[in-house]
Amino acid sequence: MKRFLPLVVLAVLAVLPVIGLSSYMMHILILVLMWSAVGMAWNLLGGYCGQVSFGHAAYFGVGAYTSGIIYTKLGLSPWLGIPASIVVVTLFSLVLGFIVLRLRGPFFALATLASGEVMRVTAENMVDLTGGTIGIMIQQRTWVEKTWYYYIILGIAVVVFVLVRALIESKLGYYFVAIREDQDAAESLGINTTLYKTIALCLSGALTGMAGAFYTNYMGYIDPHVVFGLHDISIITIMIVMVGGVATAWGPLVGALIMVMLAELIRSLPGLGAANQTLFGILLIVIIIFLPNGIVGDHRKIARLLRLGRTPS
Amino acid sequence: MTLLEVKRVSMFFGGLAAISDVSFEIGKGEILGLIGPNGAGKTTLFNVVNGFYEPSRGEVFFKGQKISGLKPHQICKRGLARTFQVVKPLQRMSVLDNVIASAFLRVKSKTEAEELAHETLRFTGLYNERDVTSKGLPLGKRKKLEIARALATQPDLLLLDESFAGLNPAELDESIGIIRNIRDKGITIMIIEHHMKVIMSISDRIVVLSYGEKIAEGTPQEIGNNPVVIEAYLGEAQSA
Repeated sequence: MKRFLPLVVLAVLAVLPVIGLSSYMMHILILVLMWSAVGMAWNLLGGYCGQVSFGHAAYFGVGAYTSGIIYTKLGLSPWLGIPASIVVVTLFSLVLGFIVLRLRGPFFALATLASGEVMRVTAENMVDLTGGTIGIMIQQRTWVEKTWYYYIILGIAVVVFVLVRALIESKLGYYFVAIREDQDAAESLGINTTLYKTIALCLSGALTGMAGAFYTNYMGYIDPHVVFGLHDISIITIMIVMVGGVATAWGPLVGALIMVMLAELIRSLPGLGAANQTLFGILLIVIIIFLPNGIVGDHRKIARLLRLGRTPS
Repeated sequence: MTLLEVKRVSMFFGGLAAISDVSFEIGKGEILGLIGPNGAGKTTLFNVVNGFYEPSRGEVFFKGQKISGLKPHQICKRGLARTFQVVKPLQRMSVLDNVIASAFLRVKSKTEAEELAHETLRFTGLYNERDVTSKGLPLGKRKKLEIARALATQPDLLLLDESFAGLNPAELDESIGIIRNIRDKGITIMIIEHHMKVIMSISDRIVVLSYGEKIAEGTPQEIGNNPVVIEAYLGEAQSA
C-alpha cells in the first residue's frame, strides 16, 4: 500500500485540473506545488545533510532572475530560464558554498541568512542587468489559463521528489545523513565532508533555482524584494519543511499545503489579515514544542492524540 | 615490515606541548598498546595520526608515504581507521545504517554495502541490534558500534581509543576476543587503554607516554618491570 502512495497522489494531482476548478483554486494548487518543490530541495541540504540554510531566497532569486534576464537581455523565451537556471544556480552555489560551507552550525545559518540579503541588495543595485527595484516584467504571458502552468510545476515537483528520494537511498544519502549526525565521525569514516556538503548545496540550490525560474514565468513579474525576500522566501521555506516534517519525503508537500492554505485563510479574515506573520510565528513555536519532527515525522503521535480525544477515560 | 612510522612528532596548543618529540613504529600484524596517565597526550597522538591535527613538528608515514598534513577522510581512504574515546555514533541512524554509511567507502552499490555491513555486524556481535537506533544503545554496544563502523571501511591499521572503558567484565572478555579476531584477519591495531590487565594480555609491544613524552617502549613484560613507568603511574596514584 505504502509503495503505491506516490502514484496515487500523482494520479489525484494529475486529474485535479480536469474537474474544472476555479482560477483561484488553480493558483493555490500551483503555489502549493511550487513551495513543495522548494521545500524538498531545502530538505536535501537542511533536513538530510543537516546544513540549515536561512538563505534559500538566494537560489530562488538567482533562478528567477536567470529567467528574467534571458527574456529582457537576450530576447529569448523566459521558459529557457528553467534549464538555464540549473546551470547558473549550480555555478552560483559552488561559489557561495565555497564561502559558507567552511562554517558549521549557527555560523553556517547566519552566513546563509546574510547571503540571501546580499543578493537582494546586489539585485537592487545592478540596475543595468536586473532593472533594480523596478523589477522585470514579462510583457506577454504564455497562457492566460492556468492549466499548463499547473502541469509544468507538477512536472518539476515530481522530478524533484523522485530525484531526492533516489538520492537519499543511495550512497550520497547515507553520506549526507552521516554528515548531519556527526561531521567529525563522518570525516574519520573516509567521507570527504567538504565535497559532499558542496554536492548537497549545489543540488539543493539548483532545484530551488528551477522553482524560481518557474515563478518568473508564472507570475510574469519579479523584483528583488519578492524573489530575494528574507521572510517571503527563505523563512517560509524553512517553515514549510518544519511544519511538514524535516528529513521526510512527504513533509514538504504536506507543509506547503498547510502553509499556503493557511496564508490564504488568514489573509481573507477581516481584521486579522495583517497579523498573518504573527500567526505563522505562533504556529511555528507550537510545532517546534509539540511536533518537533513535523506533521509527517510525528504522525503516530498525532494519531495517538486524536484517539485519546475520542475515548473518554 | 613497518606499516606506520611516527617520526619526531610534536604538537603544540598555544604554549602547551601536548606531544613532544615522539617517535615509534608499528609493524604489520602487530598489536601496539599506547598507555600513559591521564593527559599524557594519547588521544592527541591519535588525532595527529588520523589527520584531525597536523603535527606542529615531525612527520607521520603510513605504508611508506607521508600522511601528516592530509585530511582524515584521505587518510581513512588509504586504510587507516579509528574509533573515538567519546563515542560518536550517527545517532538518528540505525546500527545497520551506521555501518552501511562507512562501508560505502570501498564499495559502490548499496547491496554490496549492505552485505559488508551485515558481515561486520555479525563479526562484532551486533547483528541482533542492527535495527536499533544507535542513540538508544547502551555504552558497551556503542563502543562495539565504533569498532564495527571503523572495520567496515576495511582498514589495514585500526586505532582503538579506549574501546574497553566502562565495560563490565563479561563485555570486556568478549571485546578482547573481538580484538584478537581482528588481528587474525590481518589488521594491525594500535590501542589506547587504561585497563592494565587488557593491555598487558593483548599487546605485542607497548609505548608509554607521560606529559607528552615517550618514556618507555617494549614488550608488556619489559614495561611491567620498568621503574620509570612504575614511577609515572604510582606518582600519580599517590597524589590522587
